[in-house]
Amino acid sequence: MLTRPDAKGRFGAYGGRFVPETLIPALEELEQEFDKAWADPDFHKEFDRLLNEFVGRPSPLTDADRLSEETGLQISIKREDLNHTGAHKINNALGQALLARRMGKKRIIAETGAGQHGVATATVCALFGLQCEVYMGEEDCARQELNVFRMRLLGAKVHPVSSGTKTLKDALNEAMRDWVTNVADTHYIIGTAAGPHPYPYMVREFHRVIGDEARAQYLERHGCLPDAGIACVGGGSNAIGFFYAFLADPTALYGVEAGGLGVASGKHAAPLTAGSPGVLHGSFSYLMQDENGQVLATHSVSAGLDYPGVGAEHSYLKDSGRVQYVSATDEEALSAFRWLSEKEGIIPAFESAHAFATLRTPNLFKPGTRVLVNLSGRGDKDMEMASRLLEL
Amino acid sequence: MEKVERKPQMTIADKFSQLRARNEKALVLFITAGDPPLEELPAILEALQEGGADLIEVGIPFSDPIADGPIIQASSQRALDRGVTPGAVLEMIAKAKLEVPLITMGYYNTFYRIGLDKSAEALGKAGVNATILSDLTPEESDDWTKASRAHNLDNIFLAAPTSTDQRLDEVCRRATGFVYAVSRTGVTGSASSVPPEVKTLVQRIKSRTHLPVCVGFGISQPDHVRMVCEVADGAVIGSWLVDFLEKGWENGEGKSELTTALQALKQATRGRN
Repeated sequence: MLTRPDAKGRFGAYGGRFVPETLIPALEELEQEFDKAWADPDFHKEFDRLLNEFVGRPSPLTDADRLSEETGLQISIKREDLNHTGAHKINNALGQALLARRMGKKRIIAETGAGQHGVATATVCALFGLQCEVYMGEEDCARQELNVFRMRLLGAKVHPVSSGTKTLKDALNEAMRDWVTNVADTHYIIGTAAGPHPYPYMVREFHRVIGDEARAQYLERHGCLPDAGIACVGGGSNAIGFFYAFLADPTALYGVEAGGLGVASGKHAAPLTAGSPGVLHGSFSYLMQDENGQVLATHSVSAGLDYPGVGAEHSYLKDSGRVQYVSATDEEALSAFRWLSEKEGIIPAFESAHAFATLRTPNLFKPGTRVLVNLSGRGDKDMEMASRLLEL
Repeated sequence: MEKVERKPQMTIADKFSQLRARNEKALVLFITAGDPPLEELPAILEALQEGGADLIEVGIPFSDPIADGPIIQASSQRALDRGVTPGAVLEMIAKAKLEVPLITMGYYNTFYRIGLDKSAEALGKAGVNATILSDLTPEESDDWTKASRAHNLDNIFLAAPTSTDQRLDEVCRRATGFVYAVSRTGVTGSASSVPPEVKTLVQRIKSRTHLPVCVGFGISQPDHVRMVCEVADGAVIGSWLVDFLEKGWENGEGKSELTTALQALKQATRGRN
């Protein structure tokens, strides 16, 4: 298994840098600065201190007894939902903000889908006194209104994006355009494991803490490794951070994409399941596209998974066969959302609910299988949507 | 893409030799294919040539144009909404009666998805002289260079104000046709003035290559063209023209107004002696 991308920023065939020339020097600088920081014990000391004192890490491992009883599996949950701001996103936002501060960049921009990365970025910018502007698709602003308000409360400026599909894909386009224009004083905190090199690698490194903690916690409590690990995949940041610690282990790994109305319907966001390789947002990876290379509109009940591309390393892991990528539909995810709430007293984000839906896939796991699920975020942000979709 | 054949017009190198002999610089015009509707494309291309275009760039619409500002984004979106495909664009390009070199401008995924060799062959057959891919830098261009050279297409790379000396060396080593100097950090779009620092960039490029250098991004008026042509070999006008065509082409009725505007821009490329 590759531990870091090659000199051209590729994981196998995937990754690279497909961006306007203007940005290349900034990406080169970012790569150098990240490598320096990541080799600097003082940087790690500060990062670890803030992960502990500000984020609340390590996040707990919860054994899900009632889910286990019902399914006949032995299910444990990594609780990224209990991080400050309610999702795993804060790990990367904190790491990149520390890096931006080291690089002397005073202005931070970010894109957001569900709003979790936007909130995490606005939070760390408030913590460090950095100027923060967040791009968010108009449609996402409407379905995640609460997070828009949270970002504004934290002092960030939110730019609704009305171009294209008005969702995460176009928010990313708009953030890229901002960065091309203001590259001298601005750092762009990409919130997922996609984008041009070094983002997929750097974002994974900042999220590695998820898998590193979960693996150690699981070993300590159960005296063995889990047989299987599951995480949801949009761009794939929580999944790559979670999977990475287990790549050399015998643990089977499953990435769950958004199946929307069903992969066969075409209305989904599952590029690894039903897409093909191509270039989007600066990187060569699987994506959803038509025969002329136009990127297709996606559909998912979950704004955070509603993205036609995916991180380069996931494409590599798919082709290598190390990770199996599957999908869960909107309906399956909603049902799992309710299931986890009722059975375990944990309300997951719609995104994370996709990972739990996989536990109910018939014949996927043998009875008694030890399964560790990464719960990437909590469902508070989805309450309004859930109250419209579920009759209680 | 369908292979539509047409005899290639003048090469880019020949065009610049001709301009040098006339003591002129190049007026390079960009338009989006399919906005106005694609059926109008041959007539628009011919009108641009008549108005004084020395080279023409035809934008192939892409769903995610990260290097483009609001005007070209919206224009690409209108074209896509009309169902414009790369194959249909080449078919219409091949119908135009053109002598000036023609360049397509777009994003890498279009050619990658269709197939690099298949795309290069179709471009060559339609009489296209060169390509510009806004998100393809020299480092990632090996495959496209190989495919496009096999069909006699020039590769035009962008150089930016942020490009280091090392990167400019790489751009100049790989470029054929001309080098496209981006006037400022940012996306495409009209601006009230062209930053004077662009002259430094042009000089940095010229110290590395004998290829012509054209400047684009933010150029919309004869004054801008004049300023750019003091140091560069040509000026590229895009967003202003895209905007004009959307509002003023009117199925060709706006042609005489367009010609007048283009003549003023062309005049600004001529030497003052």
